[in-house]
Amino acid sequence: MFPKGTKRKFSDSGDEPPAGSDDVNQPSSAAVRMLSSYSLQRQSLLDMSLIKLQLCHMLVEPNLCRSVLIANTVRQIQEEMTQDGTWQIMTQALSAANAAAQCSADRLVATEVLCRQTEAAQGEPAPKPFPAVGSEGCSAEEVVVVEEEDEGVEGGVIMSTVSPQAPTAYLPSTFGIDPCWEEETGEEEDEDEDSEECASGSEEGDNDRLVEDSRTAEQVFGTFEIKNPAPSPDPALEELFSDVDASYYDLDTVLTGMQSAPKMGPYDLLESLSSHGPSPLSSSTSCRSDLNELDHIMEIIVGS
Amino acid sequence: MAGAGGGSNDVQWCFSQVKGAIDDDVAEADIISTVEFNHSGELLATGDKGGRVVIFQQEIENKSQPQCRSEYNVYSTFQSHEPEFDYLKSLEIEEKINKIRWLPQKNAAQFLLSTNDKTIKLWKISERDKRPEGYNLKEEDGRYIDPNTVTALRVPVFRPMDLMVEASPRRVFANAHTYHINSISINSDHETYLSADDLRINLWHQEITDRSFNIVDIKPANMEELTEVITAAEFHPHQCNTFVYSSSKGTIRLCDMRESALCDKYSKLFEEPEDPSNRSFFSEIISSISDVKFSHNGRYMMTRDYLSVKIWDLNMENRPVETYQVHEYLRSKLCSLYENDCIFDKFECCWNGNDSVVMTGSYNNFFRMFDRGQRRDMTLEASRESSKPRQVLKPRKVCAGGKRKKDEISVDSLDFNKKILHTAWHPQDNIIAVATTNNLYIFQDKVN
Repeated sequence: MFPKGTKRKFSDSGDEPPAGSDDVNQPSSAAVRMLSSYSLQRQSLLDMSLIKLQLCHMLVEPNLCRSVLIANTVRQIQEEMTQDGTWQIMTQALSAANAAAQCSADRLVATEVLCRQTEAAQGEPAPKPFPAVGSEGCSAEEVVVVEEEDEGVEGGVIMSTVSPQAPTAYLPSTFGIDPCWEEETGEEEDEDEDSEECASGSEEGDNDRLVEDSRTAEQVFGTFEIKNPAPSPDPALEELFSDVDASYYDLDTVLTGMQSAPKMGPYDLLESLSSHGPSPLSSSTSCRSDLNELDHIMEIIVGS
Repeated sequence: MAGAGGGSNDVQWCFSQVKGAIDDDVAEADIISTVEFNHSGELLATGDKGGRVVIFQQEIENKSQPQCRSEYNVYSTFQSHEPEFDYLKSLEIEEKINKIRWLPQKNAAQFLLSTNDKTIKLWKISERDKRPEGYNLKEEDGRYIDPNTVTALRVPVFRPMDLMVEASPRRVFANAHTYHINSISINSDHETYLSADDLRINLWHQEITDRSFNIVDIKPANMEELTEVITAAEFHPHQCNTFVYSSSKGTIRLCDMRESALCDKYSKLFEEPEDPSNRSFFSEIISSISDVKFSHNGRYMMTRDYLSVKIWDLNMENRPVETYQVHEYLRSKLCSLYENDCIFDKFECCWNGNDSVVMTGSYNNFFRMFDRGQRRDMTLEASRESSKPRQVLKPRKVCAGGKRKKDEISVDSLDFNKKILHTAWHPQDNIIAVATTNNLYIFQDKVN
């Protein structure tokens, strides 16, 4: 339902959603858009923070105060995203349970995204909360690419937290996902091939979407421009990949700490889902059964 | 705005002097990094990014008149710190002077402490205006005289010479800080001083360089758990056992050195509860305290965070007694300021001689004064345009939104590269020193 509504913004093609789904989606789309705008803001802030931390590495002697403040901001965002992710899972599961007509379609759509996520994640070296920060020297572009996934990520990552196999955080898992999955109409057989096609085809499109997204972020944040901004440190991108002996900096321990700091793994999240569902949702048991069903379906698909 | 010696008449600030290069091309080494008057106000020291210290001396036109124009002229210039290389970490240690603090004067010479990120140095600045003449075994130019040719003895005498100011390093306090030194503060006992870095505070004796005592250590056992750093520290002006340090989370801890050797447990914790309506992802960053200064009378302390100046009564920990907004119009721009790193700028603040007015810097070369008694504030600008001799400074106003009046500046036109981080107030008179990026402006009270 809402992955389609939000993904649409970034899609190059003029794909129409399946007939009838629009009507059902309408009541929640406004709320979703508002949510997405905030999430976009938040995601953009997260990306910016991570880039700043990475640039910190490259300075002569990193300013510890600045690094600590940025790291705390990142931690804050992640905590909030984790909490919000929980909330949205419940909403999704509830609406999936209530709207009988769209139930099956939603689940299949959801599992597609799940599936794609998992496959993309398998391509990653190791799904961590902040891979850009580690000494692997993750490309700054990789980090920013995530921005494009924001709106769809709501749907994407939410589903991923349901499955124990998919990684929790947005960043690593969303790499490779692109809107062309919209073309899928829930045909499981074609899924795997199509996902691969789209994944490979997405890279060229990524840069375009990057530009688009930074503009979007700018619109979201600023109704103004600061003239003559302070010149950024401006290290060449090559330097980002150069061999930096991480042991030099005390800062590294702070940053590696960040990787382990978010204690909530996918399993924790799943537990928190089932253990304390929010009170307004009365059908928590049905949610749980739906989650298990989704789980089951995903396992089947991934297994095939 | 009440001055130190004056009544409740409004102070009119006039341009007095500007020091530094005129052209807009700023050499990195010339960027001023600290400004400090000495205890009498006769000397004004600046430190720069190139590790140099420049001291200006006040020359009063007519010493007999109480209120008269004075000028600060260069008294001494010396290279305090040199860039170093830490071979163990393969990191360069910047020579930038982070802080200068004057010692109370005990004899004819002046002493100051200057510090970069790692090393503190005690400098003696002394004058030489006489020199001995008439040696028996040495010519005037230094050549030795053959003793056999000496027929008469004479006593060498001191004759006046052109004033020469010499700066010589007397002590070097090194290798005591793993992290970057952000503060030094001289104790009222005139024997010790403290130096603070991001995680630790050390206590030194002015005479002893090979030993210092660690009095505060907030380094966690596991660096991964680090969430808070020390941002500034200062000794109480009268109580030699009391000092405060501020943190990146907006708290100030007051410690009593009599309680224990390691002052990890504070005596008082000053913290204002967060305003939930203003909460954002940037809340913590803008609450980080960049400077803390005791009032001269020792009853209050002032803290500077990104958007405001707060005055605290030492007897009340749960909230400040006064809060002044420096540039509240920036609150809606925090994301952009985060992006261009301006949100991490560390502004300093200072008290006037009788603690009635406080001053701090802002962007666009603006600086702000808050009159505590009259509840008035003023925004002034340090610019070349207002640099005619004795020109009265016109108050500036920033238009936050809506219709911009004539002479107002809109927030979007502010130049965020022009920041005033360092300001100083003469201990007795209404003379202020304001540092822009590479220029030092001196303003004075209008002389009647």
